Amino acid sequence: MKTIGSLSLTLLLGMTLSASANDSVTEAIDNSKQWAIQTGDYANTRYSELDQINKDNVKDLRVAWTFSTGVLRGHEGSPLVIGDIMYVHTPFPNIVYALDLANDGRILWRYEPKQNPDVIAVMCCDTVYRGLAYADGKVFLHQADTTLVALDAKTGGVKWSVVNGDPTKGETNTATVLPVKDKLIVGISGGEFGVQGHVTAYSIETGEQLWRAYSVGPDDQLLVDPEATTELGKPIGKDSSINTWEGDQWQIGGGTTWGWYAYDPDLNLFYYGTGNPSTWNPAQRPGDNKWSMTIFARDPDTGMAKWVYQMTPHDEWDFDGVNEMILTDQEVDGQQRKLLTHFDRNGIAYTLDRESGELLVAEKYDPAVNWTTGVDMDPASETYGRPTVVAEYSTEQNGEDTNTTGVCPAALGTKDQQPAAFSPKTNLFYVPTNHVCMDYEPFRVSYAAGQPYVGATLSMYPAPGSHGGMGNFIAWDNIKGEIKWSLPEQFSVWSGALATAGDIVFYGTLEGYLKAIDAETGDELYRFKTPSGIIGNVMTYEQGGKQYIGVLSGVGGWAGIGLAAGLTNPTEGLGAVGGYAALSEYTALGGQLTVFELPD
Amino acid sequence: MPTTTFRALGLVALTTLPLQAQETDPNLVADRQEDGRWVTAEDIPTFKIEEDGTVDWATFSGFRRYHAECHVCHGPDGEGSTYAPALKRSALTMDYYDFLAVVAAGRQKVGASDNSVMPAFGNNPNVMCYVEDIYTYLKARGADVVPRGRPAKRADKPPEIAEQEAACMGG
Repeated sequence: MKTIGSLSLTLLLGMTLSASANDSVTEAIDNSKQWAIQTGDYANTRYSELDQINKDNVKDLRVAWTFSTGVLRGHEGSPLVIGDIMYVHTPFPNIVYALDLANDGRILWRYEPKQNPDVIAVMCCDTVYRGLAYADGKVFLHQADTTLVALDAKTGGVKWSVVNGDPTKGETNTATVLPVKDKLIVGISGGEFGVQGHVTAYSIETGEQLWRAYSVGPDDQLLVDPEATTELGKPIGKDSSINTWEGDQWQIGGGTTWGWYAYDPDLNLFYYGTGNPSTWNPAQRPGDNKWSMTIFARDPDTGMAKWVYQMTPHDEWDFDGVNEMILTDQEVDGQQRKLLTHFDRNGIAYTLDRESGELLVAEKYDPAVNWTTGVDMDPASETYGRPTVVAEYSTEQNGEDTNTTGVCPAALGTKDQQPAAFSPKTNLFYVPTNHVCMDYEPFRVSYAAGQPYVGATLSMYPAPGSHGGMGNFIAWDNIKGEIKWSLPEQFSVWSGALATAGDIVFYGTLEGYLKAIDAETGDELYRFKTPSGIIGNVMTYEQGGKQYIGVLSGVGGWAGIGLAAGLTNPTEGLGAVGGYAALSEYTALGGQLTVFELPD
Repeated sequence: MPTTTFRALGLVALTTLPLQAQETDPNLVADRQEDGRWVTAEDIPTFKIEEDGTVDWATFSGFRRYHAECHVCHGPDGEGSTYAPALKRSALTMDYYDFLAVVAAGRQKVGASDNSVMPAFGNNPNVMCYVEDIYTYLKARGADVVPRGRPAKRADKPPEIAEQEAACMGG
C-alpha cells in the first residue's frame, strides 16, 4: 500500500512537473533514444537507460561512421540527437551542422556565424565551446563572442539573436545554455580578465532578457534576500558580498559562471558554481571574496538565490567552483534524501542536501590533495564549512613574490569542467580527474580592460610520489566519501564520462583513446584510438533500433596548453615514469566525431 | 658504420652548440649592462648566465612574467601549445623589434585551417613593462642555456630596474 501511495504521488508530481518544466525538453530527455541535453538529463547524471551495448558485448564495438568538423582546435562538449537529426558544434568559429542520421549523416543544414576573430585573443584557454542546447523546436548556439542565437531545428534559420556580454572587456563564452521552462539560463566566461561574473535568463520565445544575477556585488545585483537566502542554514545577511571585498575590487572580481548547470523541476531550483576571484594574487583582494567559488541554488523564475555555499573562501590557487552539480536521490543514514554531489577543482568532493544546502560530506577525492587538512564539519564551530588551509601551501601566507611549492592540486584542479557520470545501478560516480601539482608565485598586477588580469606564475607537474601519470579515472561513493577504485592514466582525463544501463562506463583520454570499462570493477573492456586527443564528452543514442556511442576528438583546451609540451617534474628528476611525457608525442590537432556500433 | 659516426657527431654538435652560441653568436653574447639589463653589442637585450647557473635579473623576471601573461597560450617554458607557437624559437628567429611590434600590436592568422590570434598587449602594463625581460628569458630558453622550470639561482634586482618598474607600473 505504502509503495503504491508513493508511486502515485510520484506520478502526480511528474504530471504537475511536466506542466511547469519545459515540456519539449523534458519529453526529449525522457526518450533515452535521444541525447537531448549536453548533460544527458537535468540532473547531470550522464546516465543512459540504453543497454543494447553492454559489458559482455562491448568488446566487439567498431566504428560505424565518422565526421570531420573542419575545425582544428580543442573540441569539448558533445553532439545532440533529437529524432533523426544529430546537431554537431565546433569550437570557434562555432559552426553548427545538422546531420541526417537516417541518411548516413548527410548534412541537412549548416550555420556558420560571422564573429570578430579578436575574441580569440581574450579566451584564456583555447577557443573551446561546450555545445548546443535544444528546446521548443529551436537549437541554441552560444558563440565565443557571447552572441546567443536561436536556430530553427529543422532549417537552421535564425529565429532571434541577442548579445550577452562584451568581449572587448574580456567577456566571452565557452559554455552551453540550460533551457528551463520558458527561459534559457546563460553564463559567462572571463575570470582571467577581471569581469564581474553573472548568470542571465532569456526568453526562449523571443530572446528578451528577463533577469541577471551577479556573483559578486551589492545585494540588488546578486539577486539575494539577506534574510531568506541562506548559507549552511543561516541567513547570509545584508551586503554579504561587498563586505568581503576591499574597496571596489568586486567590480573586477570575477566569479564567472561557465560550468554545467543542473535543474530540479520538483524543487524548481537550478544549480551552478562560480569561478575564481580576480586576480590570482590573493594579496590584492583581502577578504572572503564572496560569492566567488560558490555553489548557488536559484529560482529560475526570478533568479533569486535560495541558498549558497562558498567552498574556497579567499581563493589562493585558482580553484574555480564551476564544476557540475550532479543531482541524485539516495539513502543517507536510512533516510531518502535529495542530494547534490560536486567534485570541486579544490580537490574536495562535496555532498549536500540540495533542498536546504546542508553540508553532508566533504572529502578529498585524490589522496594527493594537500592544501587543506579538510573541511570543518562541526555546525557549532565558527569555521563551520570552511576548509582548514595548510600554512606551507598558502600563497597568501607565504606572500607576494614568494614561490609556494608542491601545492596539490594544481590550478587546473583535481577535476576541471570534464563532467562525471552517475549510475543508479551501482550508486557510484565515475570521475575523470587530474593528478597534477604546482608551484605558485603571486605578484602585483595592474588592471586594464580587456587584458589578462592574472598576477601569478605557475609551474605544473605530475603529482610527486605517485604513479607518474597526470590523471586518474575514479569511482566515487558520495555517501561514504570514498574512492572505490582508481585507474591511473598517463595524462589528465579531460573527457566527460558516460554511464549506461549496460553496466559500462565510457571515457576518452588525451592520447585519443575511447575506453569502455566495467561499471562495477573498473576493468577495461574496450579501447579504440581516435584521430586526436579527446576532451569531448561521450554520448549515446539509438537510431533505427540500434544503439550508438559518439565522441568528439580534437585535442586542445587547457589540457593542450601544458601537456602538449609535457610537464616537467622538479621533484622527481629525469627518468621519472611519465614525468616528461609530452602529449605532442601521441596526438595532433583535428576535430572529428567518431560514432561506434556493435556489428550486425 | 658511417651513419653511426654521423649520428654521434650530430649529437655532440647539438649538445655543445648552445654554449658555443652563447659565446659567439652576436645576437646572444652579452656585451655590457645598461640600466640594469644586459645587451648585445647591437643594443639588443640578452641574457647573462654565470658559470654556476645564476641567471641575470631580467631572465628571471622574464620567467615570472612569461608564466603569468604568455604561457596560457604559448605553453610552459616557451615550449608552445596545441594552438600557439613555441616562443623560445621565435625569440631566436625573429628580429627583436619585430617581436616588440607583435607583442604590442598583436597578429592574426585566420583562415580555413588557421584560427590563431595574438592579442595586442600595447596597453597592458603587466606585459609591456616587462617585455624586454620576457624576450630575454625566451632567448635564453631558445639558446638552451636555461633549463625548463624555474631558474634555480638568480641575481638580485638591480636598483635601476626597480625604479623603471615602479614608474612603468604607475607606482
